[in-house]
Amino acid sequence: MTPRWFKHGWGVLAWFAGIVFFAPVAWMFLTSLHSESDAATNPPSLLAPITFDGYAEFFDSGAWPPLINSFSASIGSTIIVLLLAIPAAYALSIKPVEKWTDVLFFFLSTKMMPVVAALLPIYLIAQFSGMLDNISFLTLLYCSMNLPIAVWLMRSFLSEVPKEILEAASIDGAGLLTILRRVVAPIAMPGIAATALICFIFSWNELLFARVLTGVVAGTAPVYLTGFVTSQGLFLAKVCAAAVVVSLPVLIAGFAAQDKLVQGLSLGAVK
Amino acid sequence: MAVMTRERSVVDRPPPVPRKGYSKWARRAPLLPALIFLIIVTQLPFVATLVISFMKWNSLDPTNRGFAGFDNYVNVFTDPDLRSSVVNTIVLTASVVIISLLLGLGLALLLDKKFAGRGFVRTMLIAPFLVVPVAAALIWKHVLYNPEYGLFNGILNWLGFDAQPDWISTMPMSAVVLSLVWQWTPFMMLILLAGLQSKPIEPVEAATIDGASSFQIFRYLTFPHLRQYLELGGLLGSIYIVQNFDAVFTITSGGLGTANLPYMIYQTFYQAHEYGEASAAGVIVVAGSMVIATFALRVVSSLFKEEKR
Repeated sequence: MTPRWFKHGWGVLAWFAGIVFFAPVAWMFLTSLHSESDAATNPPSLLAPITFDGYAEFFDSGAWPPLINSFSASIGSTIIVLLLAIPAAYALSIKPVEKWTDVLFFFLSTKMMPVVAALLPIYLIAQFSGMLDNISFLTLLYCSMNLPIAVWLMRSFLSEVPKEILEAASIDGAGLLTILRRVVAPIAMPGIAATALICFIFSWNELLFARVLTGVVAGTAPVYLTGFVTSQGLFLAKVCAAAVVVSLPVLIAGFAAQDKLVQGLSLGAVK
Repeated sequence: MAVMTRERSVVDRPPPVPRKGYSKWARRAPLLPALIFLIIVTQLPFVATLVISFMKWNSLDPTNRGFAGFDNYVNVFTDPDLRSSVVNTIVLTASVVIISLLLGLGLALLLDKKFAGRGFVRTMLIAPFLVVPVAAALIWKHVLYNPEYGLFNGILNWLGFDAQPDWISTMPMSAVVLSLVWQWTPFMMLILLAGLQSKPIEPVEAATIDGASSFQIFRYLTFPHLRQYLELGGLLGSIYIVQNFDAVFTITSGGLGTANLPYMIYQTFYQAHEYGEASAAGVIVVAGSMVIATFALRVVSSLFKEEKR
C-alpha cells in the first residue's frame, strides 16, 4: 500500500506546478488592475489599490479599430473555412471519394510547410492587386492557414456519425438534405463548434502576415500590441491591460473548447 | 510544395467507391472548392518563391532585375548572419521542444493521478497556452524580465538576494526559450495526457498483481504506449516552433544573436528589400521543414491507421 502522505504528495506537487505556470497569467491580471506607479515597484506591491486606469488608457489610445479588424478577420475566415471544410470533410468520411486518405494527407502536408516562405510572393500579389492594408485579403490568407486543420477535424468528427443510422434514414425514404439536417447536423454540431473555436484562436493569434500586409487601416490587435510599447514612461499596467483584453477572446474560446483542444491542435490525430 | 506519404492505410471497412463516372464526380463535388482554394493559395506562392529565389531582385533597385542563377543561394550560405540564423533556429526549436516535452510529460503523469482539485489544476496549466503569443512575449519582456521592476527580480529582492540580473541582455537565447517553454509545455501536457488516458487499464492491473514495481510498469507498459504521443508532440511542436516569429520579434527584436530563420527572412525582405535572397532562404526553410514533415506525417498516419482498426 502506498502511504497516505505519499499520495497527497503528488497532489501537492501538481498544485505547485499549476500555480507556477499560472503565476505569470495571474500577475498579468493583477498588474493590469494597478496604477502605473504601483505596477513598477521593486519588490512588487501585491496589495496595491485596484484601478481600471490601464484599461481606460488602452481603449482611449485607439484600440477599437484593431480589435474590430481582428474580430472581422477571425470570424470571417472561420465562417468561410467552415463552409469549405464541412462539404470536403463529408466527401472524405461519410461518402468518401477514391484515394481519400491521400487527399487528407495532402491537406495536412500544406499545414506543415512554413508560411514564412510564402510571405514574399503573397506580399507581391497584395501589392500588385492593391490589396495591401486590406482586411479581406488577410481574411482569405487566414482561411488557407486554417482550412487543413478544419478539414482534418471535421473529418474526424463526421466519421463518428454511425453508418447504420445513415442507412436506416435513407431506407426510411429520407432525402439527402433531410439526412444532413436531421441526422448529421445534430451529431456533428459540437464538432463544428470546436472546429470554429480553434480556427478562431489561430486567426486571432496570427502576427507575421498581419504585420507585413497591414498598416494603419487594417492592422489587427496583435500588430497593435507590438506598436504599443513606445513610450519611455511607465507603461506596465497599460501593457498588461492590453494583453488581458487581447487574450480574453482566446482564453474564453480555449476554455470553452477545452475537451476538443487536444484533438484540434494535434489535427485530429489524438482523441 | 507538398509532401505526400506513399503509405496506403488498410481500412477495415473499405467504403464502396462507385465505378460510374457521374456518381464519382457527384462524390468529388463537395471536396473540390476546398481543394482548389488550398492549391491556389498555398501551393502557387511556393512556386513563386522558388522562381524568385533564382532572380536578382532588390525592390530598392528595380531596374537591375534579372536572372541570378544560384547566386542567392551562395549568398545565403556564405552570409554569416544567415548561417547563424540557421543555427539559432535549430537551437531554439530543439531546446523548446525537448524541455517542454519533458516538463509536459512530468505534468501529464501528475495529472493522471487522482487528487483534490485536479480539474482546476488542469485549467491553470492550460492558461499559458491561451495567452496570445505576442501578448505573452510582451509580458515576459516587460513585466517579468525587466531588470528594474520585473517580477523575477522582484521575487529575488523579496527572498533577500542582492543580485538583480538583466535577464534578456545576459542570456537572450535562454530568455526566449524560457518564455516559449512556458507557452508550449501545456500543449505537450495535453497531448501526453490524452495518451495516458487512452492507455488500456487491464495490462497494468495484471502487472500489479504479478508484483511489478511502478517503475517497471512505467518502463515496460506506460512508456511504450506513450512513445507515439511523445513523437507526435515533439514533431507538431517542432513544426510550430520552427516557424516562431512572435517571441523573437518581441523579446529581442532578433538582436543579441537570437535571430532565427523566420525573423531573418522577414528582415531580409521587409527591411533590406532583398527579394531574391529572402526567397532563397525561404526555399531552404521549406527543404528543412520537409524533413520534419515527412516524419510527422508518418507518425500521424500510424495513429490514423490505429484509429481505423
